[in-house]
This record gives sequence, structure tokens and C-alpha cells, in this order.
Amino acid sequence: MALLVDKHRPRSLDALSYHPDLSERLKALAQSGDFPHLLVYGPSGAGKKTRIVATLKELYGPGVEKIKIDSRIFQTTSNRKLEFNIVASVYHLEITPSDVGNYDRVVIQDLLKEVAQTQQVDANAKQRFKVVVVNEADSLSRDAQAALRRTMEKYSPNLRLILLANSTANIIAPIRSRTLLVRVAAPSEEEICKVLTKVGKMEKFKEVEGLNKRIAKESGRNLRKALLMFEAVYAQNDNINERTPIPPPDWEALIAQIADEIIAERTPARLLQVRAKYYDLLSHCIPATMVLKTLTFKLIVKVDDELKGEVVKWSAYYEHRIRMGSKVIFHLEAFTAKFMGIYERHLMGMEF
Amino acid sequence: MASFFDIRARKAAAAANAGSSKAPASKQENNRLQPWVEKYRPKTLSDVTAQDHTITVLQRTLQASNLPHMLFYGPPGTGKTSTILALAKELYGPELIHSRVLELNASDERGISIVREKVKDFARQQLSNPPSGPAGIEYGKRYPMPPFKIIILDEADSMTQDAQSALRRTMETYSKITRFCLVCNYVTRIIDPLASRCSKFRFKSLDKSNAGQRLEEIAKLEGVPLGEGAVDALVKCSDGDLRKAITFLQSAARLVGALSSGKKDADAMDVDEPANEVTKETVEEIAGTIPDDTIDALLKAIQPRKNGSVYAPTAETVQNIVADGWSATQVLTQLYDKVIYDEKIADLKKGKIAMVFSETDKRLVDGADEHLAILDLVLRISSILSSG
Ligand SMILES: Nc1ncnc2c1ncn2[C@@H]1O[C@H](COP(=O)(O)OP(=O)(O)OP(=O)(O)O)[C@@H](O)[C@H]1O
Ligand SMILES: [Mg+2]
Repeated sequence: MALLVDKHRPRSLDALSYHPDLSERLKALAQSGDFPHLLVYGPSGAGKKTRIVATLKELYGPGVEKIKIDSRIFQTTSNRKLEFNIVASVYHLEITPSDVGNYDRVVIQDLLKEVAQTQQVDANAKQRFKVVVVNEADSLSRDAQAALRRTMEKYSPNLRLILLANSTANIIAPIRSRTLLVRVAAPSEEEICKVLTKVGKMEKFKEVEGLNKRIAKESGRNLRKALLMFEAVYAQNDNINERTPIPPPDWEALIAQIADEIIAERTPARLLQVRAKYYDLLSHCIPATMVLKTLTFKLIVKVDDELKGEVVKWSAYYEHRIRMGSKVIFHLEAFTAKFMGIYERHLMGMEF
Repeated sequence: MASFFDIRARKAAAAANAGSSKAPASKQENNRLQPWVEKYRPKTLSDVTAQDHTITVLQRTLQASNLPHMLFYGPPGTGKTSTILALAKELYGPELIHSRVLELNASDERGISIVREKVKDFARQQLSNPPSGPAGIEYGKRYPMPPFKIIILDEADSMTQDAQSALRRTMETYSKITRFCLVCNYVTRIIDPLASRCSKFRFKSLDKSNAGQRLEEIAKLEGVPLGEGAVDALVKCSDGDLRKAITFLQSAARLVGALSSGKKDADAMDVDEPANEVTKETVEEIAGTIPDDTIDALLKAIQPRKNGSVYAPTAETVQNIVADGWSATQVLTQLYDKVIYDEKIADLKKGKIAMVFSETDKRLVDGADEHLAILDLVLRISSILSSG
């Protein structure tokens, strides 16, 4: 059974329920025939992908929805074989560079050349160009991005790129210069409520406005998260009312527990216990940044105002180190130790 | 009659009436499918805007029929690639350009072996000749066809050091019959021995008047009316990058075009109604400029207050900015402009604040989490402001 998130995904620009201005803009671009390269950015769960799939449909018609998954093998210079998947329709294809790690430059180069040099198979295609969608473009290596520069210009008659990213900070200036930047804001809490109501109607769920509002707030304006919580609440309870608890995801519950433990006892022994939990989270593929950030915001509500800035300062400091370093656990632990120190000192200051 | 209702046909007709559209109809249809940056790529050296010094020097070499090795460098979208392509075209004309000019860029494999082979092979080839007979004589009058070939290494800054070293010898060995033109954004990534063999041409960011003029020209050719301040906004939002400015202009035009075509049905009889203008606001929105209100709200939130902490309002404002998807670098830039030029803040404090900006910028480029980075930045600014 499909998750609600997928089941009720809008399929056309007109069906998208928020940011009507942006839909209008994308539609105008898609109909103009001289569609530019795009760099679509915004927080996760804001609906970037959905919007782009809808735009592709506007560009090519329903044919883009017939997708197949191509498995490709790429031979590296050291003769290693690298296997990765490409999602493709006759009109477009989609790649995720992190699938190919260090070889992203060569793989993308090869792929784009191949696309640029083959004509549109469908003679009646609405556009002469094909579209290549690059997921998680902010994880493209510098090298790979540099390699895109002239390619994007030279092959523009046959090829358009749509880059999807959470932020533009990691995209080099020459690429930003070659794309139209499209910002997709997360939906507001009201907009999330509207979506929940709509989906609830289609699922024949009992409508409880107060609950929807709580979910919207809890989700931090992340629509995907809100829909997942919505589904979980209705799946786990028979009797739904305004106060039905919203189960947090397991990992979040665990981090809340860690926060409580750190506040309760600031000792090396506790640090050791907490470390085991960090390992647990990391081994379940929860990104270290997410762990640190969630923990930070859980700790902040528990400390005095004077300490809040200090906690954020060290959190940002160690988060940067997580990005730059290679052993994420070191930095999670260091942050924990740092926090224990700050908190301890503050308590002492107050007691004496 | 059907085309009467088509906004584009109307615009084309308007442009034709204004006498500014010279392209034949079929060509135009084809052109319509191109992004404007390609459509309006300068075709000749004199089309290149704003790089006066470079262009003058190059035009002189055109007459002298000699050319040094060259290194073009400068920020994106300032005309480097366009200039070298235009120069090649003017030197050799359409018949010879393919046999006399080799263009390699970062998307081609450019390890050592490629530089050795592809470049050498090309460098070694006999010079191709112009068409024979009277046509050839005619051709010779139009194009100087100097007795050497040109190898363009676009985006040379992403060639490996080894490949660059390998190039040194090749450059010397074949210098009689080949000239190299290296093009890059970051001149420091070109190894010294290579850079010192070339005449260097720096491409400047386009200034307001030059870029503005070009944008107005394009808008006129496309039949796009520009509102008050729109050109200034285009130039300002694109930081001297003309390519970016042209892309903004194009999507702004599409946006207002779409809006007016939606409205059109209601008053289809009113033929003289002008198409919607591209306004300053449209441009700023497309360029991703954060509205002043948002930045002001953030500044207000971080102001030290007598009772209560700045944390709660600040955290909420930051969370909304992040959820709205504003790019952190954009927040940084706009906030910086406000804080650093604020006369009410003491210079000493500004110095401290500048250090926080520096650190945050570095973190962002390293890929740090935007939410934490921005929150940390503004809380630290707040505490500097409140310190005695
Ligand atoms: N000086 C200029 N005069 C006229 N048009 C320009 C100029 N600079 C840039 N443009 C416009 O911007 C587009 C891109 O220019 P070009 O490819 O020459 O930039 P570049 O300097 O090579 O940039 P990059 O460093 O990103 O490769 C051109 O197609 C043209 O439309
Ligand atoms: Mg270039």
C-alpha cells in the first residue's frame, strides 16, 4: 500500500495546492519554448520534486509519467565497475550523483554528452530538448560542477538541466550564473492544514481541526513529515480527538531521551552511555547533522535564557566540524561534553 | 486570426513594426527555442560590451594578423567565451573555423594523455586552405586567415596541474603554427610557467551603464516593455554578471507575458492595450532578493531589550526565513549591508561583527547547516550589540 505522501501527490501544476504564483511562473516558462536551465532550491519537504515533476508534465504532456529504471554500468579508469540507476522517460532522465561517489564528474559528463547527442526519439515531442534532473545537486563535487559549465551552454539546443538542492551555498558561482534560481518555500502551517484536510477527506478520515493544527506545528513546516505523522496518528488510534498524541518518529524520541539524560547527569559515565545511543542513531542512517540539530533544539528549551546563545554557538561550531571532519561521532561527543561543561558551570554560578 | 490572440505573435508583430526585428521569420522561429543568453551571444568582437581595452587590443591583432598566446580570466558571464569565439570567427570565417580552431572545455576529458594526444594531433596538422578559385579570393578579402591554428582551452582552471605542465612543452614546440587561448574564472589555478607564456586579459564585471544598455537593447528586440527602475534592479541583482541579468530578464518577461495573456481574453477587443511591463519588483522576486521587511524583522528581533531574552523572537524569525527557503548566503549579504552601514553601531562593534560574518561565510561554503549557521550568526551579533 502506498503511503499517503505518494498516493496523493499532485501531478500537475494546476493541482499543486500552495504557492500559486510560483506555479504560474513555472507554467509560463514551460509554455514559452525557451525554457532555461533551472536551479530549484528550498528546505526539504517543501515539495520541490513534486513541483518539478508537474513542470515536466507541463512541458511534455502525460508521456513523462511513463518512467522506467535503467541500470547502468560505468567502467572507471581503474577498471572498477560501478553500477547505478537512472530513472528515465522518453523525454527526461534523472540522476542522483551521490550514487556514484567520486566518479560523479565522469559519469555526469558521459551521460550529458550521450543525451545531448541523441535526438529526441519521439518526433512529435513538444520540446526539442531533453531534460536531465539532478537530485541533491548540492552534493555534486566541485569538479563535477566545473565540468558542467561549458556543457550547459554548448548543448543547450538539445539539453536542459534541472538541479535540485536544499541550498545554493554549495553551488559554484559559474553554475548559478547559468541557471534560473527557483526558490520553493515550505508551506505555511495553514497551508499544511489545508492539505491534511483534503487528504483526510479522500481517505474518509474523521476530520479533527485541532489535531491537524497540532500536526502542522509539530512538523516544522515540513509537508512530508506532516503527512507521515498524520497517517501514523490515524493508523494507530481508533478514537481520534484533539488531544490524541502524535507519535514522534523513533529516532526523534531517542534524541529527546538523550537530551533528558544529559540534563539530568553531567558525568563521564553518562557521556559513555549517550555515546552508545549516538551509535545507534548513526547506524540507522540518521545523518549526524540531523542528530546534532535536533538535540540542540531539545536542549535549548530546557536551559535558561542566558545559556541559549552559548548552546547554539557550540552547536554551530561542531556541526561545521561534522562537515569537515571524517569521524562524526567525535564531534557529537565533543558537543555533548561541551554542553555538560557549560551547563555545570552555569549551575555552580547560580548556587554559590 | 487565431494568431491575433497569441501574445507572442502580437509581440513579434509589434517588434516588426518598430523596425527592430531584422531576422527572417523562419530563423526567428528557430531562435525562439533558444535561451536568450545563447540567442544574444555576441557574434562579433564589436558586439562585446564593456571590455573596451581587451577588444581594442584584439581588434588590432586582427589587422596585424598575429596573435600571442592568450589567457582570459574574470568572473562568470563577462564575455570571455563569447570573445574568443567571436575572434575565431572573424579570423577564419565559417569555412575554416572548424579546421583551424579546436575548442576543449572542462566537460571533455583533459587528463595528461588527452593534452598530449588531442592537442598534439591538432597542433601537428597541416594548415587547411581557403576554398580555391574566385570564391576563395573573395573569402580572403573578408577574413584575414592568419597562418596558424587556435586551440581554445575553456575553463582551463579545472585542468590538473600535471596536464598544465604537459602543456608547456606543447605550446613551445608548435608555437609557429598554433596559438593557445586559455579561458578561466580563477587565474590563480593556472600554473605560473603557463600563465607567464600568455598575454593576460582581465574581464571586468560589467558596470551599470554598459550592462544596462545591452539589457535595454535585448528588451527592445524582444518587445518587452521595461518599467521604471527595472534595468537598475536587473543590474544590481546580477552583480555584474550579464548572463545572469539576461536570464532574469527572460524569465521576468515570461512571467508578465503569462499574466497578460491570461487577462487578455476579457478585453480581447482592446488591441492597443500595452503588454505588461517588467517591473523592479518582478525582477527582485525572480532574483531571490529577500524583501526588506523580512530583514528588518530579523534586525528587530535581535535588538537587545531590557526585559526578556532575544532568543525566542530571534529563533522564530530565523526558523521562518529558513523554511521560506531564502538562501543563507543571501541573508548574509543583505544583513551585512544593513549592519555594517548602520551609523548607530560603534566602529569597534562593527569590527567584531565583521569577524562573525567572516566565520559564518566560511562555514556556509564548507556546507554547514544553514539554519544553525544563521541562528548562531544573529545571536552573536545580538550579544555584541548588547555588550557594554
Ligand atoms: N561583454 C559582454 N557583451 C555582451 N554580452 C555578454 C557579455 N558578457 C556576457 N554576455 C552575455 O552573457 C552570455 C555569457 O557570456 P560568456 O559565455 O562569454 O561568459 P564567460 O565570461 O565565458 O562566463 P564563464 O566564466 O561563466 O564561462 C553571453 O551569451 C551573452 O549573452
Ligand atoms: Mg565561458
